[in-house]
Amino acid sequence: MSHIQIRDIHKHFGANHVLRGVALDVAAGQTMAIIGASGSGKSVLLKVILGLLPPDSGSVEVDGVESVNASRRTREQILRKIGMLFQGGALFDSLPIWENIMFRYRQNVDMDKAALRKEAKDILAQVLLEERVLDLYPAELSGGMQKRVGLARAIADKPEILFFDEPTSGLDPITSGVINRLVRDATKRLGATAVVISHDMNSVREIADRVAMLHEGKIIWQGTVKQMGRARHPVVRQFVHGLASGPLTEQYEIKK
Amino acid sequence: MVQLLQIPGRAALAMLGEIGRLSFFIGRTLFWLAQPPWYGRQILRQMLDIGYFSLPVVGLTTMFSGMVIALQSYTGTERFSAEGETSVATVVVLIITRELGPVLAGLMVAGRIGAAMAAEIGTMRVTDQIDALDTLSTRPMQYLVIPRVAAATLCLPFLVLIGDTIGVFGGYVIAVYQLNFSPSAYLSGTLEFLEAFDVIIGLVKAAVFGFIIALMGCYFGYYSGRGAEGVGRATTNAVVYSAILILILDFIITGLAFAR
Repeated sequence: MSHIQIRDIHKHFGANHVLRGVALDVAAGQTMAIIGASGSGKSVLLKVILGLLPPDSGSVEVDGVESVNASRRTREQILRKIGMLFQGGALFDSLPIWENIMFRYRQNVDMDKAALRKEAKDILAQVLLEERVLDLYPAELSGGMQKRVGLARAIADKPEILFFDEPTSGLDPITSGVINRLVRDATKRLGATAVVISHDMNSVREIADRVAMLHEGKIIWQGTVKQMGRARHPVVRQFVHGLASGPLTEQYEIKK
Repeated sequence: MVQLLQIPGRAALAMLGEIGRLSFFIGRTLFWLAQPPWYGRQILRQMLDIGYFSLPVVGLTTMFSGMVIALQSYTGTERFSAEGETSVATVVVLIITRELGPVLAGLMVAGRIGAAMAAEIGTMRVTDQIDALDTLSTRPMQYLVIPRVAAATLCLPFLVLIGDTIGVFGGYVIAVYQLNFSPSAYLSGTLEFLEAFDVIIGLVKAAVFGFIIALMGCYFGYYSGRGAEGVGRATTNAVVYSAILILILDFIITGLAFAR
């Protein structure tokens, strides 16, 4: 099982100091949810962890291997351990569903088309989708189905680490429930370490073991899901309970 | 005063930044062109799109251009010379093979393919598909950019060769059926002035234009801004910059090849 250590990450976009010394440990086999208001830097942090954005300073270690400014070979070794579900699914429009799911798999394994399709069918079954979906294109699927295919692609290679960016955003409550269950089951089945970016508290309660709150570019609170419900930090309390008044909205009023 | 100077200063810095980013992109493209893996299926798909599906557009454009050149050169030369058949054939074959074949094919493909590349890659950028490629251990440069650049560079010369033939045929149709020239005299005039060197330079131009069209389409798509507006701007920029560069490079190559 893999673990992730994030140390003192800073990231600017022009004058905007988005991440201001983020530090976080995700233990092996643990599911860590990173919560925070829109614009708090959650997605930027995720991109930094994945190596899609270089931080200005700081370090990200995966199983003790530094991934910031790593050589392409090291980064590829790290990426091979990772599966990622993007917010909008990020399925490749030009490829049918079975090719989307088997995209990385087919590059590493020499298999004929029939075997690849069979493998894709088995993985689709794990996310409760039928065989008929195999030959459809992403544009022909609903948002919920696209998320499930995205999840199927993320788990196809049996990764050790899974990242989920807003897995339930834009979905109805029932579909969200299904996605939450699939994400939780897939993570447990693989024994994977997982990082979930979300501001859907139901999703966080269902999926996560631990929660970290990102606010103004820093992790201001960490704890278990149970502790989150009783947290006294005013920002965390307001966010978790969805209160209309509190430091988050006061800040918004001042900015306005 | 300082504020006044800031405006052109910022514009100059932005322009230098853009030039630097483009130069880096060109360097990466040339580097990855020589590095395996080459995605054969992607290259073939692009070749089909760029080469085969652009044929009607290029064919129609060059045919009507050949017809117009035949008409214009006849009305122009009949005032000075009685040897209309030879001069019309000469003008048509020279202008089509040296200039209009490659330039028109380049401009048409820039409009059709350059825009499509920028829109497709730009959409992939804004919907995180490029990031998804990266997380799936696939280099976006190798999977998206190299197949398009390679296919466009390889296909444009073939398109131009076919366009040249159709353009000369357009001139022949007008000369024979409207101006009542003798077919054999027109054909022998065409063959007499058809130079292999002209055709080769036209094909070199086509390959360069193909490279530029794909490069611009991929570059503006790859660095597309967020949202529909960003993709729209990327598409427009890809076509405009491709067209401008095609005309500039046409001038430079013509100057190098035909300057006395």
